[in-house]
Order: sequence, then structure tokens, then C-alpha cells
Amino acid sequence: MSVTGHAPPPFFKRGPAPLVRLFFFVLVSIVLLVADLRFHTLEWARLTIATIMWPLQRAAWLPIHVVDDIGYYFIRQSELQAENTALRQERIEATRLLLRQRHLEDESQRLRALLDMRMHQPVNGQIAEIIYAARDAFSRRVIIDKGLQQGIQAGQAVVDERGVIGQVIRSFPLTAEVSLLTDKQQAIPIQVQRNGLRSVLSGTGSGRLELRFLSNNTDVQVGDILVTSGLDGVYLAGLPVAKVSRIDRDNAYAFARIFCDPIAGIEHHGLVLILELRTPLPIPGNEVLMPEKSQRGNKEKR
Amino acid sequence: MQPTHSSRRILLPVKNWFIALSFCLALLLNLIPFGNLPGVPDWVALVLTFWCLHQPLKVGMTTGFIFGLVMDVVNASVMGQHALAYVFLAFAAAGLSRRVLWFPLMQQALHVLLLLLGAQLIMVFARMSSGAQFPGFAWFFSSVTATLLWYPLTYLLLAPQFRPEEKDVHRPI
Repeated sequence: MSVTGHAPPPFFKRGPAPLVRLFFFVLVSIVLLVADLRFHTLEWARLTIATIMWPLQRAAWLPIHVVDDIGYYFIRQSELQAENTALRQERIEATRLLLRQRHLEDESQRLRALLDMRMHQPVNGQIAEIIYAARDAFSRRVIIDKGLQQGIQAGQAVVDERGVIGQVIRSFPLTAEVSLLTDKQQAIPIQVQRNGLRSVLSGTGSGRLELRFLSNNTDVQVGDILVTSGLDGVYLAGLPVAKVSRIDRDNAYAFARIFCDPIAGIEHHGLVLILELRTPLPIPGNEVLMPEKSQRGNKEKR
Repeated sequence: MQPTHSSRRILLPVKNWFIALSFCLALLLNLIPFGNLPGVPDWVALVLTFWCLHQPLKVGMTTGFIFGLVMDVVNASVMGQHALAYVFLAFAAAGLSRRVLWFPLMQQALHVLLLLLGAQLIMVFARMSSGAQFPGFAWFFSSVTATLLWYPLTYLLLAPQFRPEEKDVHRPI
């Protein structure tokens, strides 16, 4: 009822009863929830709304950018100089390694050609910056500043200078969503660097990772480095992922509880590298490629 | 002079463009990337509660549903999560509107706290039933901050409806 009483009370034009409307909207919401969670059929709607909301979103970042800019403005000259020197040294060291790596890669290609093995794919990538962490409290996602216009697709792996960060799960025109490894629904196939033991590492949602379903007597030790195994067709082999930090071996359970800490600076913001999508090797005896499966590429548990 | 029903002050009719403007500003505030900082209020939910309490004929479940969908996209959450919560929020607020506005502002704020916490509980239920992680109890703190903002928000959003006070001895009100 209108508080002021200026309009005559609209007794007869109030539409369906509130309970009916509630029922209708709840039904639609639940259908949307199921469609998005189970069948992933709402990406087009998401893309549309995101594109419409883009100008407003851009406007909302302005204050943050201004604060950042003011912060940069007041950084002391000496700090900048020190940082510059450190960066230059780092670059020289990296160049040395890179030159050597180029040589090794060439050599490896030649050896592999000799052995008639599959060529290793060369790695290409795009540099992007993490703009902010998504506000959704139920998952761990960040937004990066490259999107469909730069050719970013869902499924691409994201790394920083130390190791794997996560995977692009959704691409908008100018931004993309990256699901971090620590997300509860994210998993990554790994192998233990020391002995080549293969397994799947999953996030726990609390900033840590867990190796699940390995039996109590598995040869995993605290301090072991886990690297990607490359079996999934998404991540390249050999990228550092995590370090084993704690192992609980309880004989009451069949499996050991193995906790790991990510090697990459997953919770930090900065520059990241988005690796190109891998074209998966054809399965022997089944020469028909399966592009659909690899394009989606998500290793998420449905 | 309190903007409650027990106040003797009569408000001007609300302007539609002002409701739209307040929603747009709330959305803008929600878009500022705070990350997972606890205690950042959900402005859209707060403004929606306000208008559902004060103008239940103009703002209702449809508005809640549309803004819920927008929030789902910009928050990178599952489609329908905010929509579901906001629809329930709008329903409950519209149902309570006749009663709540008779209370002084502090007690109104307590009602609003319950409404916002209820909306957050619905979101937790919707997401955790699909296997998402529990966001931690600090997440619920955003409702408390939103509640603390009820007092200034009421005056801010009702300001265009206040009339200049003119004393007229020949008129009873």
C-alpha cells in the first residue's frame, strides 16, 4: 500500500499473488542454477550480461586505479633504482638459462626425431595481468585483463614465473576468469618429480592442495616437488605445481592424507602467462581426433 | 522527525528515476573489486531491502530477480544464486513492510539484519548443495556492516521525499 496515499489504492491491478510470484521466480532460479552447474548451457547469457555491464564495471575500477597511481607516484626514486638493478640482474641470469634452454630444446627435438617419437610442442603464451579476485566467496577465481579479443579460450593453462596457477574457465570480450588450483572444484594431473609417481592433485578451498586416494605405503615424502604429468592434454609436462608439506599416515584409514602447498604465488596478484591450448596426441588405434573434449578441456569434477 | 510510520511527517511521493539511480549506484559500489575482504556490504541487497520495505508496490521480486542475475554474472558466481536469494529477500521484505516501518530505526535495522542473513544462508545452501567450499563465518559479517548502514541509508534515500518544513497554524499537519 502506498505510504503517502496519493494514488488510489490499486486493488484490482496487482498481478498474481505474492506467493505465486515467489514460486515462479524460485522455480526459474533453480532451473538456472541446475542449468549452469550441471549442463553449462548459460554461457551465452553470461556473455551478454557481462558485455552490457562492462562500462559500469570499468567505471567501478577507476577509484582503485587512482589509488594505485597515487601510490606509484610516491614511490621513492631510490627504491625504483634498486628494483631496476635487481630486475636487470635477474634478466641477465634468465637470458643465460634461456639461451641454454633453446640449445637443449633443439637438441631434444633432434634426438626425438632420431628416435621417431612425437615432437614436444613449443610453448607459446600471452602475458596478462590479474586485475582482481572475483568476489564470489564460494570459489577461488581471479579475473585477468585478456579475453576473447586477444584469443583467450576456456581451458588454457595459466602459469607465473614459479609454477602453475590455474586454468582459464571462462572468457569474456576483454577479460577472462581463471580458476585457481586452490579452488575446491579444480584438479590437476601431476607426478612426483623424485620417482615419477602419477596422481591427481585437487584443491581444498582453503589455500592448500591435497593428494587424494594414495595408499598409506605410497612413496611420497615431505618436501617432494610435484610437477604436471602432461597426461591430460591441457597442461604441459614438467611445470612445477606444489610441494608436499604434511603427510598424515593413519592405519585406521586406507588412504594417507597428503597436503601440499602451491609453489606459484597463487594468492598474489601480478603478471601471469597464459599458455596456448595444447592439441592432444591422437590415441593409438583411434585416429579420429576428439576436438570437443579437448576444447572444453576442463579438469573440473562435474 | 523519524522516517517511520509513527512519525507525523508526511513524505512526498517517490520518483521512479531516483529508485533506478539508487540501484545503479548500489551496483557500481558492488562492482568495486574488494576481492574476498570480509565485511564489505552487499549494496544491492541493502537497497533492494530498503525499497521493498518502503515501496512494496514499485519494487518487488521482479527487480530482485533481475539484479540477482546481474550480480551473478559480475560476481563470477553460479547463475541463479543471487537471483534466488534476492527473490526470497524481496518477498520477505515486502511481507514485513507493513510491520517493520512502525518501529524506530534501530529496531528496523535488526529486522534488516535477519533478512540479509537469511539471504546469505540461502546462497550458502544453494552453493554447498552443489559441492562448493564453505566461505567461512567471516563472510556473514558483511550483513552486519550492511545493517550498521541502515540508519544513514534511510535518511539518504528518503531525503528527496522530505518536504521543507513550513509551520502553518491553520493546518493540522
